[in-house]
Amino acid sequence: MKHIRNFSIIAHIDHGKSTLADRLIQYTGVSDERTFKDQILDNMDIERERGITIKSQAISLPYRAKDGESYTLNLIDTPGHVDFSYEVSRSLASCEGVLLVIDAAQGVQAQTLANLYQAMEHNLEIIPVINKIDLPSADVSRVVEQIDSELGLDPEGHLECSAKEGIGIEAILEAIVKRIPPPDGNENAPLSALIFDAHYDSFRGTVIHCRVFDGEVKSGDTIRFMSNGATYRVEEVGRFLLARQKRDCLTAGEVGYIIAGVKTVSDVRTGDTITLDDRPCTKPLPGFKEVKPVVFASIYPIASDDYEDLAVSLEKYKLNDASFVYEKDSSAALGQGFRCGFLGLLHLDIVQERLEREYDLSIILSVPSVRYRFTLKDGSVVYVDNPTHYPDQGSIERGEEPYIRAQMMLPEKYLGAVMKLCMEKRGTNSTMSYTSPGRVELLYEMPLAEVIYDFYDRFKSVTQGYGSFDYDVIDYRESNLVLLDILVNGEKVDALSQIVHRDRARARGLQACERLKEEIPRQMFKIAIQGAIGGEIISRTTISPFRKDVTAKCYGGDITRKRKLLEKQKKGKKRMKMIGQVSIPQSAFLAVLKSDTD
Amino acid sequence: MSIGKTPGLYIHIPFCLGKCPYCDFYSITTLELIDPLLTALLDEAKAQAPKWKAFDTVYLGGGTPSLLSPAQLARVMEGLQETFSISEEAEITLEANPGDIDLHYLQSARKLGINRVNIGVQSLRDDILTFLGRRHRRREALAALEAAHVAGFENVGIDLIYALPGQSLASWREDLSYVLQLPAIHLSCYQLTIEPDTPMGTRLAKGEFTSADEDTQSDFFLATDEYLERGGYIHYEVSNFAKGETFYSRHNQKYWNHCPYLGLGPSAHSFDGRSRFWNHRSVEKYIESIKGSGNAQEGSEILTMEQLRLEALFLAMRTRRGIDLDAFKAAYDWDIWEEKGDVLKDLIERKLVAREGHILRPTRRGLAVADSLGLI
Repeated sequence: MKHIRNFSIIAHIDHGKSTLADRLIQYTGVSDERTFKDQILDNMDIERERGITIKSQAISLPYRAKDGESYTLNLIDTPGHVDFSYEVSRSLASCEGVLLVIDAAQGVQAQTLANLYQAMEHNLEIIPVINKIDLPSADVSRVVEQIDSELGLDPEGHLECSAKEGIGIEAILEAIVKRIPPPDGNENAPLSALIFDAHYDSFRGTVIHCRVFDGEVKSGDTIRFMSNGATYRVEEVGRFLLARQKRDCLTAGEVGYIIAGVKTVSDVRTGDTITLDDRPCTKPLPGFKEVKPVVFASIYPIASDDYEDLAVSLEKYKLNDASFVYEKDSSAALGQGFRCGFLGLLHLDIVQERLEREYDLSIILSVPSVRYRFTLKDGSVVYVDNPTHYPDQGSIERGEEPYIRAQMMLPEKYLGAVMKLCMEKRGTNSTMSYTSPGRVELLYEMPLAEVIYDFYDRFKSVTQGYGSFDYDVIDYRESNLVLLDILVNGEKVDALSQIVHRDRARARGLQACERLKEEIPRQMFKIAIQGAIGGEIISRTTISPFRKDVTAKCYGGDITRKRKLLEKQKKGKKRMKMIGQVSIPQSAFLAVLKSDTD
Repeated sequence: MSIGKTPGLYIHIPFCLGKCPYCDFYSITTLELIDPLLTALLDEAKAQAPKWKAFDTVYLGGGTPSLLSPAQLARVMEGLQETFSISEEAEITLEANPGDIDLHYLQSARKLGINRVNIGVQSLRDDILTFLGRRHRRREALAALEAAHVAGFENVGIDLIYALPGQSLASWREDLSYVLQLPAIHLSCYQLTIEPDTPMGTRLAKGEFTSADEDTQSDFFLATDEYLERGGYIHYEVSNFAKGETFYSRHNQKYWNHCPYLGLGPSAHSFDGRSRFWNHRSVEKYIESIKGSGNAQEGSEILTMEQLRLEALFLAMRTRRGIDLDAFKAAYDWDIWEEKGDVLKDLIERKLVAREGHILRPTRRGLAVADSLGLI
């Protein structure tokens, strides 16, 4: 066990986490130039493009240190967004230390802090690494100063590197060996392993990623998931190199995988504890939480013929994303589709993008919603996450909406702006404390609906990226709710309906109209967009028609050119949804939620 | 006169004295190549002859066909008459630049059977002609028109360009009021389209001037329609007006009516009813290819039924003639009314399209958005 180190790399976005990971992988010889694909850990296209890691990944790096001993360094990569903060916490719980990467030019940023606090919560050894020292704009001494003053860490212990240029890599590996403590655990105790991720393999089924704390697990064992008591027979265990490497067993302190005939990743819960059925441990590892979707939206194919394809694609997608849930749904305006649950808006974005990209589907998403609770006059209680199922207003005794506790860290100078924003978002019960001079922790209770609306974007904007934000759903609270409908040329578009607080209805209606006006292309005729509550029109905009689009000349050779142009436009139009005679682009449906500040 | 399905013949003369700064058509200024080109043209005609016997329209376009000397013009016309069967009452058009044609020239053209001239007047204002980089002035334009009249041409058309940067509607109306007094039985009024890869496009990109916005374009379009219709012209295609159906350009209508046409010369396009093919743009390459194989085809496409329908629809929506629902069904196996009835009824209600019996036609406002009407 003393030759194992389990660590993670954490960083603000774009500070070079993935590049450093690649460099460590390369340096330890796991991959040669030929198999080295830039940024191996972030291996989904979307992750690369957005520069964020969505799913956790792990890899075991063999390293012969200067002390002459051989070590196994298990690198556990973590997702980097508030939607996935629970997944991050489970990855960190699997480690003994972290590399906290800071960009030499940009210095300490919001996520640097948020990550630091998370690492501290897990009592991890923290090694600050200043990256990109080769940049002309690098200011290492300033960052060293920040490590002391802003992070409260010993600046003596920092390392400097350029992951891009391969400078300082060996020192990092040495520090991992010397400074991160080896795991401690009892090989002879009953098995206790933490699930920090799972992925689906089309040949082997679900591959569980875990960290063994106590005991050992080998093929032939019968394992039990402590959260639900489900048992499976282990087919294979092993470690992650570039590919899976089968091993006889995984023992205390190790990071690796278990294949045990689990059909889908949805049968596996991140954070759950695995033990042996015939010799269980006494209690599960701490921190397990059932992850529940908090944002809901419906997905419809643009062409109704694509419904079956969509169904098949969702089924496939679901194999690899346990936090995504869906069921059948239908809309008067958009036809057959599916109601889906997401961890947050980014998760929703990712699902949409992957369905379009990997499954080549053209889809439309309805306006996202949270799950409301209504007590009806007959005493019954209904949960509504789909505005289409909004109860008859007259039958409602009481409406309630989910609240969160928001935890925000920010430099003091942004305090005023953030408090104003929180109040605007119906925030209450605030508490505030100084974590260090000049730095504030702010707690607020807020309706979740306000947060999914545009809070995060605006928070980032008012704190100029220096604020960090996290939240927990706490409870339901009474709220004066109404259903806001949107009409396009007099026709109600149910996928654009929202459940909103009565006081916000007018502003939301106006904003929805304005957004749609920007997103819906002008057409040959006037388009009226209206917001309505019940029968009452509360907001209205019109899109004036274009009056001329015809090209002047169309003779012999022009005809082919013109036809090709029209064919292209026709294709574009197919990606829009017809409401009556109005073509509405996909983007319009999500834009309704976007704020002015975007 | 009916348009019929008899093919039309187009001859491309790709030479100009200079390039106009707004023009993105293919032309060159090396006039020494005229004779070699004519040789190639007539060779191409011979090579195509077995497939295309009879034509009832001939159109000499360009470029600047009036750059040909009377002798060269005679060579082309006689060559074509020898090679093809061109009907006695065929419409034979010559595109001409005002500076190139005098009475003598036009008289010899008439003798060759040319019975229609289309004069590139573009504008009757010298400042606009300067802006457009034209070589002639108002005086020459008027003289050319007079000469055509004296030479005995009844079927005379002029080209005009409008909706120019800075042009006011009032000054354009004034121009049109003058145009109404001219002996031009046909008008082609083109809104200026500034293509990016032209000298004028470069100037626009640099911000030297701004092009007319969509509202202005629309105002000009509708005002032109209204003014000329009141002046006795029929607005029969987006940019074309004639004093009576007899004077519609029979040749150009073939394009809009999906009739076959043969195009000879560099970059010329042809259509046989099902496929379209086109020649090399470069004059040198064209001449060389014809010398080698008698063929200068650069590319071709066979249109699917869906493409044919789309073309037929957007072309018809550009014309006053519109769509004959029954004929459409017969020709393209497509019952538009059956399939697109909802959209069409909506467009009729919004007065962009009108239906009379089995004829569906764009209204004047509809004509201005014909591209979109083609997309229904």
